[in-house]
Amino acid sequence: MYKTMIRIRFCEESLVEPIIKGEIRCPTHLYTGQEAIATGVCAALKKRDLVFGTHRSHGHYLAKGGDMRELIAEIYGKKTGCSRGRGGSMHLISKDKGFLGSVPLVGGTIALAVGAALASKMKKERRVCVSFFGDGATGEGILYESLNFAALKKLPLLFVCENNFYSTHLPLREIRPKDNISEIARPFGIPSLKLDGNNVLQVFKAAKKGVSFCREGKGPFFLECRTYRLRGHVGPDDNIQGAHTDIRPKEEIEKWRKKDPIKKFENFLLKNKILRKSDIKRIQEEAEKEVREAHLFAKRSPYPKAKDLTKYVFT
Amino acid sequence: MSSPKRKLQYSLAINEAFHQMMDKDKSVLIMGQGLKSPWYVGSTCRGLIEKFSEERVIDTPVSENAMTGAAIGAAIAGMRPVIVHPRIDFMIYALDSIINEAANWHYMFGGKSSVPIVIWGIINRGFEQAAQHSQALHALFAHIPGLKVVMPSTPYDAKGLMVAALKDQNPVIYIDDRWLYTEEGYVPRKVYSLPIGKGIIRKKGRDITIVGISYMAREAVKAGDTLEKEGIKAEVIDPRTIKPLDINLIIKSVKKTGRILVVDGGWRTGGIGGEILAEVSEKAFPYLKNPPKRLALPDTPAPMSRTLEKAYYIRAKDITLAVKEQLGK
Ligand SMILES: Cc1ncc(C[n+]2csc(CCOP(=O)(O)OP(=O)(O)O)c2C)c(N)n1
Ligand SMILES: [Mg+2]
Repeated sequence: MYKTMIRIRFCEESLVEPIIKGEIRCPTHLYTGQEAIATGVCAALKKRDLVFGTHRSHGHYLAKGGDMRELIAEIYGKKTGCSRGRGGSMHLISKDKGFLGSVPLVGGTIALAVGAALASKMKKERRVCVSFFGDGATGEGILYESLNFAALKKLPLLFVCENNFYSTHLPLREIRPKDNISEIARPFGIPSLKLDGNNVLQVFKAAKKGVSFCREGKGPFFLECRTYRLRGHVGPDDNIQGAHTDIRPKEEIEKWRKKDPIKKFENFLLKNKILRKSDIKRIQEEAEKEVREAHLFAKRSPYPKAKDLTKYVFT
Repeated sequence: MSSPKRKLQYSLAINEAFHQMMDKDKSVLIMGQGLKSPWYVGSTCRGLIEKFSEERVIDTPVSENAMTGAAIGAAIAGMRPVIVHPRIDFMIYALDSIINEAANWHYMFGGKSSVPIVIWGIINRGFEQAAQHSQALHALFAHIPGLKVVMPSTPYDAKGLMVAALKDQNPVIYIDDRWLYTEEGYVPRKVYSLPIGKGIIRKKGRDITIVGISYMAREAVKAGDTLEKEGIKAEVIDPRTIKPLDINLIIKSVKKTGRILVVDGGWRTGGIGGEILAEVSEKAFPYLKNPPKRLALPDTPAPMSRTLEKAYYIRAKDITLAVKEQLGK
């Protein structure tokens, strides 16, 4: 899991410079700071389990096994990208790894995840489906309709809300009367846990519990993972030209920086002698190399041809 | 008076309409996503919260359908709300309350209740934002009885049509294009409104009629200027409202020029271009010197990659070429 977190972090951070330089143009929502959630949840899944994501899904895609080269190529808009340069950062897919798609419309994939769970149940495949969404999506009615139906039909669906306390420019207190997302599933009889989303072991344990609950046919399960994005809503930061225009207070960002999920896990691993410093160094070097190669691959890849504009409208 | 005409940015023209109308009419309120954030609505809502408080300027949770429904309900109960969807793509979540409720309301209650609301959707395309963040859906709304659809292309129209929409007793869909936000032009300081349903001739000519919708009106004028240098005189019409459409203005022009090209930033099939050409064919067929034509987006979702985007969107150059082709030059 450490390796996955590092791969995600390095991948995300490698995008910062190309975004600033304008080489990457599509809206890119970095996952930096939230790595423990995608990592912990996907580590509890089997390869055949299914995942749907959001606008901030590089982490979900990688944690579920998506290819990094195809991810970066997609962000650059290249033909070799996972969506062949048609989707960009906000439209990722890795079908054979069970990552069925991510989209930027808030709440857009929640009901699709319900449907995938329904399909799994009807076909008796015992696949568990995961729906990732943010705190912002708790404003959308479709979430509640989905909770209801999933509970009604006892669908194998794990709802994972990544509560990073912001929905673009609005803090949680301005979009909900209470900080109580973990409670929204309860009226539907769906068991729910509220977690430290920056603690990968806690997320993993909770996800395992949820996944086995789903797999045993007992119905859906809900996780609220409390976390923070360490980068901007979209792009490296929300600041304009050196000024602090991020609506989030500097102190708050600093406070969360200290809770960096990777640092946290690293300390744990070292303290308990699960990894040595040299192992960490090796893992980081490998990730660096993978990221570097992925960028190279992306840069060398061709753009889609203008004449192929209308390709893929239909099968 | 010879005082220089005051120029204003498109987005600030909308802003001025809000300031003035909220001042004048206490029942006007604005709600929707991102009112506090320039990232969503540019400078259109600048200074509104400071002046009118968060009670009348409500930045909402991500709940498009319920928020639009609530705005419609407030209109039914005597308010004059503006509900904004900072991307028209998000407005799709609210189609139910817009179409089933707002559009039908006045008719299905025999005219006893009306819905004076402005439903404002911003087209925010390009920049590799891909399929769900680039759509232009005006034709969809124009199809629905009971909705008026305005699409201002200049700062002057942006203010005048917003004021008109805010005075109208019916649901008005106000659609603007983010690409227009930095356009500058003459905007009177006073409160004025433009008649909904009236188009305007942007450029006079006799060789061909070009109808440009929203941003395409601007591109059509550019194309017209280029063509003029080559001796082709195009008449450029900006309908400004696509429902109800000022078809008479177009027909009159076609009767003069005998040729028509409609340029629209929406998709081809079922688009507003097809509608205009159908009207022209019905009403001015004998005057046509050659087949009427339209330029529109291909029936393809908005792509992401820059190479595809370039091929996807229509620019003045494409219009120039199409006109020449139509004139056999
Ligand atoms: C239907 C819809 N409405 C509005 C938006 C604009 N939007 C993009 S991201 C976002 C906020 C999402 O917040 P959250 O779900 O908490 O995810 P986070 O960005 O914090 O990861 C919004 C409102 C959208 N993409 N889709
Ligand atoms: Mg959030």
